[in-house]
Amino acid sequence: MLVLVRRLGFYLLAAWVALTVNFFLPRLVPGNPVATAIGHLTFVNAQVVAAIKAQFGIGINESIWIQYVHYLGDLLHGNLGVSWGNSFEPVTNLLGAALPWTLGLLGVATVVSFLLGTLIGVALGWFRGSWLDWLLPGATFFQAIPYFFLGTVLLMLFATGLHWFPISQGYQTTGISSVEPGLNGAYILSLIDHGVLPASTIVLTSIAGWMMGMRNMMVITMDEDFVLVARAKGLSPGRVVWYAARNAVLPSVANFSLAISLVVAGQLLVEIVFSYPGIGYLLFHAVTNQDYPMVQGIFLVITLVVLAANFLADLVYVALDPRARQVA
Amino acid sequence: MSTNLSTLPTRPTTAVATPRFRALRMPRSPKVIAGSVILLFFAVLAVIGPIIAPFSPTHTDISWVHVIKPTTLFGSSQIVPESPSGAHWLGTTIYANDVLSQLLVSARATVLVGFLAGAAATVLSILVGVTAGYLGGAADDGLSLAANVFLAIPGLPLLIVLASYVPGADGSPVLIALIVAVTGWAFGARVLRAQTLSLRNREFVEAARVSGESTFRIIVFEVLPNLVPIAASSFLFTTLYAIGAYVSLAYLGLAGSDIWNWGLMLMQAQAQSAPASGWWWWWAPPGVCIALLGCGLALLNFGMDEFINPRLRDAGLSRKDARRAGLRRRPRLGFTPVMRRAEMPVPVMSTAVQLARESGTAGTRP
Repeated sequence: MLVLVRRLGFYLLAAWVALTVNFFLPRLVPGNPVATAIGHLTFVNAQVVAAIKAQFGIGINESIWIQYVHYLGDLLHGNLGVSWGNSFEPVTNLLGAALPWTLGLLGVATVVSFLLGTLIGVALGWFRGSWLDWLLPGATFFQAIPYFFLGTVLLMLFATGLHWFPISQGYQTTGISSVEPGLNGAYILSLIDHGVLPASTIVLTSIAGWMMGMRNMMVITMDEDFVLVARAKGLSPGRVVWYAARNAVLPSVANFSLAISLVVAGQLLVEIVFSYPGIGYLLFHAVTNQDYPMVQGIFLVITLVVLAANFLADLVYVALDPRARQVA
Repeated sequence: MSTNLSTLPTRPTTAVATPRFRALRMPRSPKVIAGSVILLFFAVLAVIGPIIAPFSPTHTDISWVHVIKPTTLFGSSQIVPESPSGAHWLGTTIYANDVLSQLLVSARATVLVGFLAGAAATVLSILVGVTAGYLGGAADDGLSLAANVFLAIPGLPLLIVLASYVPGADGSPVLIALIVAVTGWAFGARVLRAQTLSLRNREFVEAARVSGESTFRIIVFEVLPNLVPIAASSFLFTTLYAIGAYVSLAYLGLAGSDIWNWGLMLMQAQAQSAPASGWWWWWAPPGVCIALLGCGLALLNFGMDEFINPRLRDAGLSRKDARRAGLRRRPRLGFTPVMRRAEMPVPVMSTAVQLARESGTAGTRP
């Protein structure tokens, strides 16, 4: 338990660093890009401008520390300002609408990628030196392709080319086959139909990391004495693999934090390619419109999601590895 | 390992490189060779690309696009780029630019930013990692905490926030490279710290300390040379990340439109919906180049990992050696193959050669 409390403390610290960066960056960079961007805004009433200026500390007489306290208070109330690019709707509302899409896609893609990659990694490690080794360069190639480029290629082949899957959106919103969101079969089918290509893109690019990590750990674990003992006392190969794999998977779980932030970065870009209604798509528009409150809100939310995912991985790790529980 | 081998009669006594250059010796695995060739190709391209480009990337010529006249009175005319031909090997864009020229010119900035960011991040990670690992105590706690916080905060969103605020970032590849380095140093720092921790208590470091060497001298002359393979591996990894990050920033339009790079080409193609229109010659070449470059880095990185940890190599025996030894199939388990001598008179030699080769490369490590 103490371990988990310490990890939680660490993630709170990381979250605090992220939101502090968020606060100080617009106030400390030279040239004041926010003020310039506000100058370009049209159709804004004075009240909104005053709120934006207060948010970014432009022309405010309060000391920066008082502003910081106000900023933290606003965050606690879920107030992230208004989005300039979306008719001044509160950022929190927009993020709330987009977050389920991103979390759903991220969750499914990450779980599939982790399970599949780990299984293939076990096979690669076990049958080292067989034709399976040729999977490695192939996986490397997919890993090296930028997410958005692979997304574009899949889109070309399977959506515009073969018409197997829809081109964009999270579900069918227009045309004859449009569906009502809700708990009905047509909507769920449409969700799956629209999710296959984005999810495959993420799985294809992220799977190589799990495969490599698992293969390398398998190779190292198979040299351990306990595997030799298991083998020597005549356990079936399947059992030996199971014992070895159980131990080899621990570093993969421990390395989850590094992987997840790369996957999240990739997913943001994939959503842009597929016009998927998640946070990445919001981010694209925010960046194009210099919508600073939106960019900052997105950064905060993504950071919190990644930190939460890391904490989940820690929970799993502590459950899997008794040694992790003993560390005082 | 080498003491065991010395008892074997067939141990090769051929020239061993002088110790000074042993750290630079690379393993000759196919992965390393393929990776090096690819990297060399792109390095050359980065240098000569802008020189051999037939046109300026922004040079437009109205005859390079087809203008389809409207069929109805009020329709607007449609512009269609040219597909690859003898005059334009990779066709043209909808802006009537030559794609090959853009591709060649873009190589420089893309490669430069990748390697610059990789180098800057590696320097930063060596500074932090080695200091933390060697000094220990409060310095270690603080620096490790900083590295872990940077690892936990997702890189690309932080990068986007930084790039959208830092003035002039959209015009300067060097500035972008530095911003990428700031978000990409933490992983290398953590790995280097771990290795330094294991090195600092080795006997040769202890001996240097006892003989009164200064801390700085011990770090630079005793510890650092033993970190070269790991630092190189982290450099390759960070460069791979940096190229991906730069291209992504450009794709989002945060890297400006003055400096040509492959991400900018992809962004323009996407903005004019080149993929949906079937103009593959516009969007595919930059993407393939990025993938190839990344592939070269990743292959070299795998080779480097196998260099650091010889156990990760494909198998003890190569296919040719196994066949010569009359082995039907190679050993399935990861165990060191144990075979009766009567079955295989020849392989004793080839395994010994193999082992000697392994110990030769492994010997460069502490």
